[in-house]
Amino acid sequence: MAAQVTTSATFEEDVLKADGPVLVDFWAEWCGPCRMVAPVLDQIQAENADKIKIVKLNVDENPDLAMKYQITSIPAMKVFSGGEVATTIIGAKPKQALEQDLAEFLA
Amino acid sequence: MRDVIIIGSGPAAWTAAIYTARANLKPVVVASQVEVGGELMNTTEVENFPGFPEGVMGPDLMAKMQQQAEKFDTEVVYDDATELDLSGEVKKVTLGSGDVLEARSIIFATGSAYRKLGIAREDELSGHGISWCATCDGFFFREKEIVVVGGGDSAMEEANFLTKFASKVHLVHRRDEFRASKIMQQRVFDNDKIQVHWNSEIVELQGASGLTGVVLGDTVTGEKQELAIDGLFIAIGNDPRTHLVHDKLDLTEEGTIAVQGRSSRTSVPGVFAAGDVVDPTYRQAITAAASGTVAALDAEHYLTALDDVEPALAAA
Repeated sequence: MAAQVTTSATFEEDVLKADGPVLVDFWAEWCGPCRMVAPVLDQIQAENADKIKIVKLNVDENPDLAMKYQITSIPAMKVFSGGEVATTIIGAKPKQALEQDLAEFLA
Repeated sequence: MRDVIIIGSGPAAWTAAIYTARANLKPVVVASQVEVGGELMNTTEVENFPGFPEGVMGPDLMAKMQQQAEKFDTEVVYDDATELDLSGEVKKVTLGSGDVLEARSIIFATGSAYRKLGIAREDELSGHGISWCATCDGFFFREKEIVVVGGGDSAMEEANFLTKFASKVHLVHRRDEFRASKIMQQRVFDNDKIQVHWNSEIVELQGASGLTGVVLGDTVTGEKQELAIDGLFIAIGNDPRTHLVHDKLDLTEEGTIAVQGRSSRTSVPGVFAAGDVVDPTYRQAITAAASGTVAALDAEHYLTALDDVEPALAAA
């Protein structure tokens, strides 16, 4: 299963009210590093479908949420737990490095 | 046994791949997982690469180079080299996945990494107002005031590009002249939204959870000035990416990999280096590409010599 798409309209349901941890990938079409980290996140999602949900949020189409979460640099990956931001990861990283950053959610 | 492993995926690496592939050496390129294409992936229009009179977008140029390499039977591995064993005749490259690739020769073309300012709180505020990629992050600074630091072509390009979004761009440079090409400088001087601060450096970063301002220090008088800004883009140059070969290959005083004369031969036989990782001076896409050619031809020559001396080993 690849990462799903979320929007301003569905964010509350997809992310804030979700049961388990949700990683939101704030990205945009024009951002090269975002496009490169996308398949890595898909892989992490596929391998950890029972532990974490990964969703993609296009900042160009949903600027309200980018502003609300004070995004100034992408890719920005925020893990929400119980409606709150639990972890923030900034910048594209290789799979092993992301897995390390996300260790507490993938255990 | 492979003939050649190329580490990197910028102009030097892809050009080395094109040449070694056309020499039937079946190169494998370790292209990295999230940095494929290297530095040019974060640039916009490239206007000085010959053959493109209309200009070409950095990412498009890199995609074309990769396609050309793949057309001639280049294998591409989307993973990062994490460890090298260069001591024996068989060179070993360990990947992030744990897999180990082996070959008789290696072309090392890992390029360079952004140089940091080296001031307090820089890491903490990275991604919270400090950015290393204007094309990625300019969007978030619409109608805001920002600072660009640097004096080379990259700084000029970023400053100009960011005026598409920002209300004002402060271009901070520690000397009283830029080292950027004249055409890039002129675009900065002609841009009403850019204010140049000569002889200035950033001495302090302000803001609690995100950047809200910087303190500029005059490099001549020592005078300080506060600027309330929302974003800081750092483009003060790059350092060669050599962490994998420390204590394995000789380096120069500048920190680049030492090569013999005009060749790409490093201090270890069978290991060649190309691109920004050997070049403290020119650092252009076209010079990196040329350097990749040199490495490919040197590697080919080395392998041919090995075959001549040890036909049995080569056949095994």
